[in-house]
Amino acid sequence: MRSAVLAGLPAASAERPPAPPLWRTFPSRTLTFCLVELQKLSHDRTELFTRAVQPVLWLLIFGETFNRIHAIPTGSTSYLDFLAPGIIAQSGMFVAIFYGIQIIWERDAGVLNKLLVTPTPRAALILGKSFSAGIRALAQVVVVLVLSVILGVALTTNPLNILGTFVVVMLGSAFFACLSMTIAGIVLKRDRLMGIGQMITMPLFFASNALYPIAVMPAWLRALAYVNPLSYEVDALRGMLIGTPSHLPLDFAVLLVAVTVGVTAASSLVGRLAR
Amino acid sequence: MSVLPAVDVQGLRHRFGDHVAVDGVDLRVMPGEVFGLLGPNGAGKTTTIRVLNTLLPVQEGDVSIFGLDVRREQTAVRRLLGYVPQQLSIEAALTGRENVAWFARLFDVPRRERRERVDDSLAAMGLLDAADRLAGTYSGGMVRRLELAQALVNRPALLVLDEPTVGLDPVARGGVWERVEELRLATGMTVLVTTHYMEEADAMCDRVAMMHLGTIRAVGRPDELRRALGPGATLEDVFRRETGNTLDGEEIGKGGLREIRRTRRTAGRVG
Repeated sequence: MRSAVLAGLPAASAERPPAPPLWRTFPSRTLTFCLVELQKLSHDRTELFTRAVQPVLWLLIFGETFNRIHAIPTGSTSYLDFLAPGIIAQSGMFVAIFYGIQIIWERDAGVLNKLLVTPTPRAALILGKSFSAGIRALAQVVVVLVLSVILGVALTTNPLNILGTFVVVMLGSAFFACLSMTIAGIVLKRDRLMGIGQMITMPLFFASNALYPIAVMPAWLRALAYVNPLSYEVDALRGMLIGTPSHLPLDFAVLLVAVTVGVTAASSLVGRLAR
Repeated sequence: MSVLPAVDVQGLRHRFGDHVAVDGVDLRVMPGEVFGLLGPNGAGKTTTIRVLNTLLPVQEGDVSIFGLDVRREQTAVRRLLGYVPQQLSIEAALTGRENVAWFARLFDVPRRERRERVDDSLAAMGLLDAADRLAGTYSGGMVRRLELAQALVNRPALLVLDEPTVGLDPVARGGVWERVEELRLATGMTVLVTTHYMEEADAMCDRVAMMHLGTIRAVGRPDELRRALGPGATLEDVFRRETGNTLDGEEIGKGGLREIRRTRRTAGRVG
């Protein structure tokens, strides 16, 4: 069998068909990395369940309690409804913010070097990897959405809005994955990245509108919330999932710009990991 | 018409901060050759390889692969390469087939050819039966062969192997070399390989270059190098003669303590 295959192999040649244009390489690589992420998820689903614990606790304990004591002014929206989109964005961010660890692991294992030697522009590699973090986050989001329905959160049933939710979560997670890979390109070590990841997740979460409206924040925190892409992600999710007033064009624009900046930063640093 | 060399390196110098890892290397590999780059750890083999496969920038000197300038035509160079790094580098959470299909996509193998080329690569490496098992369950030798299949799916003109047999048991080492030899016979592929196993290089390489402290000390066919030293000489003896004065003062000063440790470790291994 093997000798037949070997005999059938064409002679090695340095001739190549013309390279595909860049506008095709970027989406093709992004799809490839997303597919690989789905394949990995399909072989090992334990992470889906272990990662579901935290958002469940937030919704079930924090959400239910604050829903009862009416401590946070959310207008005519119940606190649980208000909180659910925030927790969706947060669970996506928590998946993505440690994604840089994967790229450091791939560096240590030699996989990153092999990826960098394929005809894949570095920006396409980073874009692909950040959207594959989005795929993992999306799997998480589905779990939180189902839980929200069970808890009686008044979610939209409009399929377009659900689709929009997925797009927003992908963009938000892609940004945080880029942030994580950028830090990975600076610190170069897994332990340091773990430390920094731990250090920034909670501040990013608290300095956003995920748990409470921006209006109730002190001025300094409000300023932070306005530069935090998570706030825009949550704003869009709230608008689409529970129909609160939101700023969808601005939200999408901010997320798109954030991803572009993130991909640029991370791809200019990823070469450092290969040295 | 003259044949373009598969690899043409001239005056290559590469430094990491103050440390000069490659110090003026000239190297020419012709198409279809199996060329061995020999030397202890820290000799500059891996740095040289990383410059010519585009992982490191060309700081000084000229490097071309099949006439393509590595500095200016990185993507075109990458399309010609198959690269297997020193570490056992597969995605353990994917099956063998998924690992190869992943690289088929990254090398833009057209969709209609993809399945066949993935299967052919796996079959050529004797992995078809294990293709749908998670790669995490593979033995070291199988992982190496899976990596070769990943590189092969691109039908590379130049296969670059960095210490392909390090860390493998003797049977697996033999298996890897056997596959490389079969491939070369079947396709005429050019192979550039680094190793510090002298017997393997002697048996498998058409020509070798001996590297030490960033420079090439000797180049030639293994049998010629051996014969030049005298009857009964092994490639290891040639290697010792070319690089062996490493433990006296002058040479040590160049490499520092880390270099001595590395050289001693290697000396222990090859001796």
